[in-house]
Amino acid sequence: MIAIDERGYYGEFGGAFIPEMLHSNIDNLRSKYLDIIAEPAFQKEFQALLKDYVGRPSPLYLAERLSEKYNTPIYLKREDLNHTGAHKINNTIGQILLAKRLGKTRIIAETGAGQHGVATATVCALMGIECIVYMGEVDIERQAPNVSRMRMLGAEVRPAKSGSKTLKDATNEAIRDWINHPVDTHYIIGSVVGPHPYPDMVARFQSVISEEMKWQLEEKTGKTNPDIIIACVGGGSNAAGAYYHYLNEKDVRLVAVEAAGLGVNTGESAATSVLGTKGIIHGSRTLLMQTDDGQIIEPYSISAGLDYPGIGPMHAHLIDTARAEAVSVTDQEALDAAFMLSRIEGIIPALETAHAFSALDKIEYQSGDVIVVNLSGRGDKDLNTYIKYLDKIG
Amino acid sequence: MNRLDQLFQKKEKEVLNIYFTAGYPTLDATETIILELDKAGVDLIEVGMPYSDPLADGPTIQGSGQQALVNGMTVPILFEQLKRVREQTEVPLILMGYFNQVMQYGIGKFIQDCVDVGIDGVILPDLPLFEYESYYKKLFEKAGLYFSFLITPQTSEERIRKVDELTKGFIYMVSNSAITGAKNTISEKQIEYFNRIQAMELNNPRLIGFGISSHETYATACQYANGAIIGSAFIRTVGKAENLSESIADFVHSIRGTVSV
Repeated sequence: MIAIDERGYYGEFGGAFIPEMLHSNIDNLRSKYLDIIAEPAFQKEFQALLKDYVGRPSPLYLAERLSEKYNTPIYLKREDLNHTGAHKINNTIGQILLAKRLGKTRIIAETGAGQHGVATATVCALMGIECIVYMGEVDIERQAPNVSRMRMLGAEVRPAKSGSKTLKDATNEAIRDWINHPVDTHYIIGSVVGPHPYPDMVARFQSVISEEMKWQLEEKTGKTNPDIIIACVGGGSNAAGAYYHYLNEKDVRLVAVEAAGLGVNTGESAATSVLGTKGIIHGSRTLLMQTDDGQIIEPYSISAGLDYPGIGPMHAHLIDTARAEAVSVTDQEALDAAFMLSRIEGIIPALETAHAFSALDKIEYQSGDVIVVNLSGRGDKDLNTYIKYLDKIG
Repeated sequence: MNRLDQLFQKKEKEVLNIYFTAGYPTLDATETIILELDKAGVDLIEVGMPYSDPLADGPTIQGSGQQALVNGMTVPILFEQLKRVREQTEVPLILMGYFNQVMQYGIGKFIQDCVDVGIDGVILPDLPLFEYESYYKKLFEKAGLYFSFLITPQTSEERIRKVDELTKGFIYMVSNSAITGAKNTISEKQIEYFNRIQAMELNNPRLIGFGISSHETYATACQYANGAIIGSAFIRTVGKAENLSESIADFVHSIRGTVSV
């Protein structure tokens, strides 16, 4: 059985390594989240919003030309068609409903690519709650369209100026904000990272992805289980959602695609499962990129959403126990895959998601294996990067 | 006897604990800073191991840590420096850092090196009570190395009792809901909290930290606890010091409200 234990560990990964200043908040959340999520009134509101506001269920689409290219049936789980353009909103809807029930009146969030920031700003607008999003200065520049979207939605975007000025530092700043506002504020973490109960809570809110996959696959293929599920992993929330209901079904191969940046061994990478060792980041014992002296290394990826030096504890456990296979994809390979998908299926994926498609060239499979790629987000936000590349290749 | 016990046996009031980041402003400033603080009459010194991602620290300590890392500070280098310092002073020394640093160094080796060098206590703000009690308490106790926990205005009475049970040395009272270096005055609400804790009659001495930056805030904190901890204000002082020794002496005297000689 792959699930957390009562102290928030998947095997040896997880836990809550937090300063005392956060203890009462985290403990309050930990002791209440399962009961709140199980309340019929909560479920009713959550499901209604997922259906009518987000637009769920998201389609499971048989990509015929892609299937032809790889000579095996490939289905795309269309999280890119959700309101706000990615899977992130599944979690923010869940957490905003939870925050309301906890009596919180102020929301903070971190964001890398800006998708989680937009999804948080969106649900805060929907509920009329103040929203502050921390975003690395570097990311504010490379994901400008999403910064504008957050502002239009009424959120305040605060630049994180420390360290690498990316997702890791935005997360640090959000945690510090929470330490300074322990009573009125809820921190909506966007991935399956952070102290317990966040990894489990976010995975539960994202599990709707694999819940739908099961019945959708059964409708289309007669079987609930595919042979292979592929998802990109930064912190790992879309992968956690796509794997969730298959975790204990050993016949389903789980493929986790990480960003290799300029190449795994170039020093400019975010391939945590290869480069990472056991340690603590953002309150969780997991795999992370660090020096011998325990200093966290600043990662690199062209994709702001995968530019994270850690990995959620669930994924550390899945990879450590060989339940999931990790694949590394470089910037260049991801760009090529983005253009491939755009021109073969008419779908422009997010840069993060493009990494998952590149894995099709790297994994072993038999012709006839049913593959599901979790199409976690759309590429509108990445057009600047794509167009620059297009100008270069002509 | 542990130097922290010696200290608190002979001094129950106005204990002054100064925090500095090792490797800041320069890699080799550790020795000068400790010896000057000792000379100026500081009772207890907290040596910060600079960390890339210090979650509980505000911009001043973060900045000093980043600079210290750029300067090349590592845990092994720090131990080397502290070994030389210990030959010259008996002032109680505490190491403060984040648990990941200790994990990577190796917990057993870290404790042993602390003992060998003459470190008296350790503060790791992100090591939770439960983990400490389950896995590490015995190692620390066996080595005679003390361990301090933090409490905040949000910490429940039950949990404070647990902290008191597990702490050796002193309890670190976070003055307010804040990261380090955030506030400069002490409010009535904070006084209420200080009184509430004082009335609990805990076994361990208490030192109040976070937001203590001047003689006034130090004196107020001392009324409600055994003393106070100053970090960010001291870091700012050494950061802009032209003459490190003079600046340190002046700073300590300004906090104590005494005249520099």
